[in-house]
Amino acid sequence: MTTPGISEYRRQEESITLAPIEQQLSGVTDGERHELLTINFGPHHPATHGVLRLLVQLEGEVVRDLSPIIGYLHTGIEKTCEDKSYWKVIPVIERMDYLAYYFNAMAFCGAVERLVGVEVPPRAQYLRVIHLELNRIMSHLFWLGTSALDLGAMSILWYCLREREQILDLFEMSSGQRMHTRYIQVGGVFEDIPPGFAEKLRQFTAKMPQRVEQYGAILNKNEIVLKRLCNTGIVDEQTLLGLGVTGPLLRATGNPWDLRKAAPYSSYDHFDFKIPVGSIGDNYDRYRVRLAEILESTKIIDQALDGLPEGPYITTDRKIALPPRHELATSMEALIHHFKLVTEGFRVPPGEIYYPIESPRGELGCFVRSDGSAKPARVHMRDPSFVNLQALRPMVLDGYIADLIATLAMLDPIIGGVDR
Amino acid sequence: MPDATGLELIAQDLREADAESVLETIYFRDHGTLLVDADGAREVLARLRERGFSFLASLHGVDYYPEEPRLGVLYELLDMQRVDRLTVKARVHSEAPSIASVVDLFPTADHQEREVYDLFGVVFEGHPDLRRILMPEDYEGHPQRRDFPIGGEPVLFTYNEHTVPRYYE
Amino acid sequence: MEVIRGPVQPGGDPLRARQLRARDMLRGLEGAELERYVEERVMTTTLERALNWARSNALFPATFGLACCAIEMITTVASRLDIARFGFEAFRASPRQADLLILSGRISIKMVPVIRRIYDQMLEPKWVIAMGACSSSMGVFNNYAITPADKFLPVDVHVPGCPPRPEALMHGILRVRALIQEQPNLGWRQRYGAEGTEETLTVPADRAPAAPREGEGPRA
Repeated sequence: MTTPGISEYRRQEESITLAPIEQQLSGVTDGERHELLTINFGPHHPATHGVLRLLVQLEGEVVRDLSPIIGYLHTGIEKTCEDKSYWKVIPVIERMDYLAYYFNAMAFCGAVERLVGVEVPPRAQYLRVIHLELNRIMSHLFWLGTSALDLGAMSILWYCLREREQILDLFEMSSGQRMHTRYIQVGGVFEDIPPGFAEKLRQFTAKMPQRVEQYGAILNKNEIVLKRLCNTGIVDEQTLLGLGVTGPLLRATGNPWDLRKAAPYSSYDHFDFKIPVGSIGDNYDRYRVRLAEILESTKIIDQALDGLPEGPYITTDRKIALPPRHELATSMEALIHHFKLVTEGFRVPPGEIYYPIESPRGELGCFVRSDGSAKPARVHMRDPSFVNLQALRPMVLDGYIADLIATLAMLDPIIGGVDR
Repeated sequence: MPDATGLELIAQDLREADAESVLETIYFRDHGTLLVDADGAREVLARLRERGFSFLASLHGVDYYPEEPRLGVLYELLDMQRVDRLTVKARVHSEAPSIASVVDLFPTADHQEREVYDLFGVVFEGHPDLRRILMPEDYEGHPQRRDFPIGGEPVLFTYNEHTVPRYYE
Repeated sequence: MEVIRGPVQPGGDPLRARQLRARDMLRGLEGAELERYVEERVMTTTLERALNWARSNALFPATFGLACCAIEMITTVASRLDIARFGFEAFRASPRQADLLILSGRISIKMVPVIRRIYDQMLEPKWVIAMGACSSSMGVFNNYAITPADKFLPVDVHVPGCPPRPEALMHGILRVRALIQEQPNLGWRQRYGAEGTEETLTVPADRAPAAPREGEGPRA
């Protein structure tokens, strides 16, 4: 059908029919459906955020089937944990989800604390909250930078990593390491925050909302971002719940499930913060939810810093926590405790515990089984990346392959957490 | 969290439906666990799902070496309305370990059952695609079992490489 | 200094013509003055050295991230550290275009054949950095699932740390640069069965390389 008033060229263009080519192709295709093309993504592919491998069935440009193949980063961390005493497990377990190391340590320490039945001092709980929320901001910043890179935006990576460096400076200040800090211990934290930390943290939290506004100014109404994220990768809430998906992906559909509110741990109930939710659960909602979470995290940090209680930063139970260094020179008992803890570690009463917390990607649960010795008999991490990855298939099915990259970026899987 | 009484009530209801289903209730550190018969685990989970525990948070394996039945499959259930958690534990024998799959009840179990199969060797009957997931497909053994050696090797440096036979090759 | 003068045949020896032109440029300089002039302006080297100097300052690392160290590798490129100061910022997604492989993270037994294949797909000359404890020596995860890179690849530089700071990686890359300039001989990797193993589409039958060794090292 030709519309009156269009140019000769357009009329010519509309007159073109692909019928002869389709007739020719009918021998090789199965009638209506064209031949499927199987392509292999990864494990070495710059857009898969690590060593994820995807087998994608394409019909033209449309994804008809997808199966993730994982295990290319399987490190056997759970097995290694069984070979180490409880306090030596912490650095190993931090390396699972390598963008949320405080969360890994927190889940494990929380599980062991519940098994032992040790009380964590309030100051330690607040310090944990400060560091967990800083880690959440850091993880979201890295996600934002690399995801924007996948969408073709380069400069946002520089901005995000600039702020991330400031957070890493804070981590370095409080624990001496940039990544895998081993700051959270069973019974508290490794050390009190040093002088000057609070001022630097306040400078950071004062600046961060402005920065988030700037990221939003670049991306929120950016034509490319809108075109690629809006109405792509939509999965409804019930499907996501069935697939066990939690975290920002679930919240983007409007379900305000957040363990910090639902089942508060580490005195999260002392703080006033909101849970950002989306409306339809497309990629754009996922992006906005995470961006809003950064702002909420800065609020929590400010409140925790304001109300930081005085007191010990680690439990005074000498059977669990190392005695302070200065006591070693004066107290024989402290020396014995130190020796026992460093050589054998502490023993944990037998039992099984599943301890869930809210990581930047969803419910991070740590299962610990103790058989009464100084080494755990089984450590298992329910990593949100591993579970959420199953939702990739319903998200990208019958969409364009270009949307697959955007959806994968917004899914934010960390392969270290997927494969463990 | 269901308290000890609540746990007993749940167990009572499940026993009314099937007397053999619940073997034991364990209440430890404010957390309830139902030890169920491996053959009836699927039915128990289906009933609990009807009761509101509709979210399977985690499914993982445990090796209780050297006890028998040796392998355990743990289902961490979550009721998002009442914010309740409940663990369902089934023990399977290490000779021909097998348990019914729950992928059709909880689609999230897909990858997690494959992981338990890979690392512990528990066969999930009725799983649509039970293959190894983390280890290479041709790998032998199930590394998370407690009698599986942890592996590893001494690190080679220039000062100790002569201790390794034929190091120069 | 003796100067030979003679007519230049048009279309004669071009080298001779250039020689004479160069002499014309030096006219008027004699003895010590001439020597100083040459010393200040002319640098002699071998072609190989010049080539290695050029190569060493324009490394193209492969975009290949494995685990935690990959995060620090990205940090090396990003705002604060900015590896572009040294000219190594051109990360290449295709191994064909890259000449530096940074093994940034732990290498599982499932990943070994893949990494070896990526290495074989890179074109000579190529260099490898094992970043972090895991790829150097399995680090804290000394267990069934992990392999050190030395088992199946010739590694030029090991960067210690878990994960190494971005500065440490930077230092490692600069060490590779020094290595290329000072010891450019790559013959030592014969010991790893890694010489002349580039994967190409067509290879003449008489010099076809042996089948790629997957994860099989000299010491295994």
